[in-house]
Amino acid sequence: MNWADLNLMPALPELFMSVAILVILMLDAFISDAKRGLHYGLALLTLAGCAVLQVQTYSAVPVHTFSGMFVSDALSSLVKLAMYGSTAMVLVYSRQYIADRGLLRGEFFSLALFALLGMNIMVSASHFLSLYMGLELLSLSLYSLIALQRDEVKATEAAMKYFVLGALASGLLLYGISMIYGATGTLDLALVAKAIKLHTANDMLLVFGLVFIVAGLCFKLGTVPFHMWVPDVYQGSATAVTLMVGAAPKLAAFVFVLRILVQGMEAMVADWQAMLALVAVLSMAIGNITAIAQTNIKRMLAYSTISHMGFLLLGLLAGTPDGYAAALFYSLIYVLMSMVSFGILLGLSRAGFECETLDDLKGLNSRNSWYALLMLLTMFSMAGVPPLAGFYAKFAVIKAIVDIHLYWLAIIAVMMSLIGAFYYLRVVKNIYFDEAQDTSAIVMRADMKLVLSINAVALLVLGMLPERVIELCIQAMKQSLTVI
Amino acid sequence: MLTLTHFLVLAAILFAISVLGIFLNRKNLIVLLMAIELMLLAVNFNFIAFSHYLSDTAGQIFVFFILTVAAAESAIGLAILVVLFRNMRTINVEDLGSLKG
Amino acid sequence: MDMKSLYLLIALSPLVGSIIAGLFGWAIGRRASHVVTILGVAVSAALSFKVLYAFLSGQAEVFNAPVYTWLTVGGYEFSVGFLVDSLTAMMLVVVTFVSLMVHIYTIGYMQEDPGYQRFFSYISLFTFSMLMLVMSNNFIQLFFGWEAVGLVSYLLIGFWFKRPTAIYANLKAFLVNRVGDFGFLLGIGLVLAYFGGSLNYSDVFAAAPALASKTIQIIPGCDWSLLTVTCILLFIGAMGKSAQFPLHVWLPDSMEGPTPISALIHAATMVTAGIFMVSRMSPLFEMSDTALNVVLVAGSITALFMGFLGIVQNDIKRVVAYSTLSQLGYMTVALGASAYPVAMFHVMTHAFFKALLFLGAGSVIMGMHHDQDMRNMGGLRKYMPITWLTSLLGSLALIGTPFFSGFYSKDSIIEAVQLSHLPAAGFAYFAVIAGVFVTAFYSFRMYFLVFHGKERWMEKKDDHHHGHDDHDHHHGLGPNDKPHESPWVVTLPLVLLAIPSVLVGFFAIEPLVYGSFFKGVIAIHSEAHPALEELAHEFHGASAMGMHAFTSLPFLLALAGVVTAWFFYMKAPQIPAAIKQKFSFINQVLENKYYLDELYYAVFAKGSRALGTFFWKVGDMLLIDGLVVNGAAKLVGTFSKLVRKLQTGFIYSYAMTMIIGVLALMTLWFSQIILR
Repeated sequence: MNWADLNLMPALPELFMSVAILVILMLDAFISDAKRGLHYGLALLTLAGCAVLQVQTYSAVPVHTFSGMFVSDALSSLVKLAMYGSTAMVLVYSRQYIADRGLLRGEFFSLALFALLGMNIMVSASHFLSLYMGLELLSLSLYSLIALQRDEVKATEAAMKYFVLGALASGLLLYGISMIYGATGTLDLALVAKAIKLHTANDMLLVFGLVFIVAGLCFKLGTVPFHMWVPDVYQGSATAVTLMVGAAPKLAAFVFVLRILVQGMEAMVADWQAMLALVAVLSMAIGNITAIAQTNIKRMLAYSTISHMGFLLLGLLAGTPDGYAAALFYSLIYVLMSMVSFGILLGLSRAGFECETLDDLKGLNSRNSWYALLMLLTMFSMAGVPPLAGFYAKFAVIKAIVDIHLYWLAIIAVMMSLIGAFYYLRVVKNIYFDEAQDTSAIVMRADMKLVLSINAVALLVLGMLPERVIELCIQAMKQSLTVI
Repeated sequence: MLTLTHFLVLAAILFAISVLGIFLNRKNLIVLLMAIELMLLAVNFNFIAFSHYLSDTAGQIFVFFILTVAAAESAIGLAILVVLFRNMRTINVEDLGSLKG
Repeated sequence: MDMKSLYLLIALSPLVGSIIAGLFGWAIGRRASHVVTILGVAVSAALSFKVLYAFLSGQAEVFNAPVYTWLTVGGYEFSVGFLVDSLTAMMLVVVTFVSLMVHIYTIGYMQEDPGYQRFFSYISLFTFSMLMLVMSNNFIQLFFGWEAVGLVSYLLIGFWFKRPTAIYANLKAFLVNRVGDFGFLLGIGLVLAYFGGSLNYSDVFAAAPALASKTIQIIPGCDWSLLTVTCILLFIGAMGKSAQFPLHVWLPDSMEGPTPISALIHAATMVTAGIFMVSRMSPLFEMSDTALNVVLVAGSITALFMGFLGIVQNDIKRVVAYSTLSQLGYMTVALGASAYPVAMFHVMTHAFFKALLFLGAGSVIMGMHHDQDMRNMGGLRKYMPITWLTSLLGSLALIGTPFFSGFYSKDSIIEAVQLSHLPAAGFAYFAVIAGVFVTAFYSFRMYFLVFHGKERWMEKKDDHHHGHDDHDHHHGLGPNDKPHESPWVVTLPLVLLAIPSVLVGFFAIEPLVYGSFFKGVIAIHSEAHPALEELAHEFHGASAMGMHAFTSLPFLLALAGVVTAWFFYMKAPQIPAAIKQKFSFINQVLENKYYLDELYYAVFAKGSRALGTFFWKVGDMLLIDGLVVNGAAKLVGTFSKLVRKLQTGFIYSYAMTMIIGVLALMTLWFSQIILR
């Protein structure tokens, strides 16, 4: 390896972020409790800086660096920008919430940014080693974030469960990777793809490895039957952390799956298609059906997430560029939707009160009709009611599987989305038709109010004019997946 | 003569033991952490065996990384365990079931 | 202004009003809310008149173009497009004019209601949706408009959502319409699958002739004509929306909504959407005699049997509601007889006089302090002169008095049916001709009970109050109160609606039905269905038709109906009571609406339990959660709870599930290898 050849430019945003995280971490030791708000500003600044660098360093063709372990392409740039945006929104939404709960500390922000750094690496990885490192950086940060609320029994229980199951999933994934390594003799995704295509690899080992890899990936997405951690972690964590676990990491996990299954093993599409179809059906069914029986809204949203991930898999398993683009679009819209729903929960919580059951939302309309409308938009979008973005997202993935003639799967998907509509409508019913049990005033910081409104209205706008974004997704897929 | 298959079978057995350790153990959380360690070691076994038979060092380097990550993972796992014990005064796996449904 | 922006303005100005009143109503206050919505509807009404005038004078051209492409996916386009021809132009005027009247009327009617701004926002939104529906040039937009008017209609039926009856009615309307929509959606699906892959009307109609003899097998081994199946499915959609037997059960209950809504949605506009849709699809329906027969039978059953129910009602709004059902049946019969222009003509005249009757009923209800029971009324003529006179004119129009608008449309329907050659036409003719007597009887029963006779509110009422009048703590008039005439915002619309109710028929019949107004828009195969053509031969001008009618059977029947009503309710009120006792069985059947509600309940709610617990659960879920009625998680079903049990909360079972998952994936892979 020649140091002179090392081109650090493609990884500039990540390097900047690492330095910024260290600064935030160090600063924590020197400032008094009263000035903790500084971290918040610094973290937002970091994200803005990363976004600027991301745009600045973008190049029209994929650029590899670190001996081909790291790639910067359209897909990674697009997804990273979305992740910066969503992390910034999470921070804005959580500001008051974490301050009320004594979590407004340097650790919170540095762990959040470390998680983001891990996601960035996952998204940009083109080698099993960097994929694994990114994944672990993300996971370890998230475990710690959840356990940060250390006097809360539920949070520690959730952290422990997530940790054990996450470690098991990493083990499965690594076991799968070792099989692929054995079969192809390489850990570089491009070379793996080549070996599989030329049939120089041992088929038996390959498919054996594939099974374990799919299991590990499905855990990260939170799809059935590897979904058990999702509801417990969503419910147990502080809502701000739940949002951190539920939003951007899904994007990263999606690209992670894309990198491994599509970039690395596209030649085996027939094998993983069947597996993902099974997982998708189970996720949509169990996610939607179990959500109906929930009374805790965070848990309900967790099951809804499981079903959304099932839908996302539909686009992925289609195995066509349009399908991948549809799945990417779905994941972007999903992140937007979960942001608003948890954002509202964060806004309704206050010191000493957690907004987490369906009853807590009762009569929201009479307390504040604007937030009620935002929640209505989100619930309708999640249920897939046109003309909201969620409808188009569902439409696009279902169209992708219709295009490959998997009609039975499309019919199941439509049926499941109908079942799903029930519990989303129940939330709407609670908001609009029930008496408020809690009539205290809703106080939200002005910046949060603004961002939340933009976030929810974006669902409507993207639903009416989705073409620009879907075009962006298609372009990103074209640029990143064809040239390996 | 030891062939690749011997190593793979050994690794598979270790892996299976560790998986069984995770879901058969209903007493102590620390045993869970040990099972996780064992699982990573089984994977390492695989990597090294392949690396040797393929004459490719990448696998062995991967193992170093896995070991490092495993160390960090245990550190965090134990930290969570300590917090858990502080809150619940128990590390019994069966007491860890308030979130369900 | 070019045509495209003109049409956009027609459609969008009510929407703008609705949004302003809906989102900012709390800030701008009541007055500004009704001003802005009325202004929006007035703009579109004025422009609609301009468009209709252009079509009547033959200056306008058919406009058919997309105005906004929502998205294009794989060569498949979702777009919003307008098709404006004479049919649309007529509907535009009907919708915007009635809506404008209702808007003005609402100022008076909802005066005391806390949801004033919300109400205005809803009715403007409804107007917008209805305009999008009639202006659509493709099936997708039609369906969206269809669903949108339905949605607003549920919102408005349940407007007083604190009343359990309103919620129940709302739920019923929703469920029954789902059945219709299901058929409609399947119909659209067939169109998409077989008619060249496009959903634009013009493309579909162009593709239809080639498919005349095409058959499809829905049940294997059983060939059905594609066009017949498609048309019947589409008609099922129309049956739901236009409340045709047996999907009519929701309409009478929808009277739980405020009266302006009943006038606008459940009489004049939304319920005629089905009639409009079938007329729009006339090129398809014309190719299937079977479908036309189905239409004819459904229409004639509705026309006659729903009229009977009007006779036994005591709630003033329900009488008008059953009369609406019966009149919708007449329109459907006209469709079945291939006399689409006549059906549309009746849609128009009916919109005016039925809106008038509803608003008149509303005015009476206001005068009676929200008492809707006709048994407590009587002699209101003296106290509410304008309401009295306009209601009389409306009733005369409804029963088909010569020279009134209703006469021209209804008589044309009767004659068209007489001339139809379809097998079902004989029954239909009997139904519509008998319906004339029934209509006259119940209309004038209501008229006499309300406006003439003894002033019964003076009498002491029993403690038991009718259930409909308690929403704002009014319980009708006390023994010492007097009814009073309504304010001008209420009577003005009555007068403005009375004018077309009387006159429009005389002036419009010639151009609309026998002229070239609908030429090229509505297709009729004159060889197969010559009714309208033969009718045209017998037509010698509107005044000749009116004069001739004095000797015809329908007029005599209507007269007989009026006289009977007068005799029963003015002269000898003991007779109806005696009849009621003698024929208590018939009375009971009628009062229970032929037991259809009970039947549906037994078949669909109970019978399906026998089909399996699963379906019952689904039904329950539909009822409880889908309807936002009573979202109790208790009733959601054991299935969800069962699945929930899998989430035990213990790490080891979670880990076990994951391992089972891995094993399942591995099995899947093995089975694939074996199958290959």
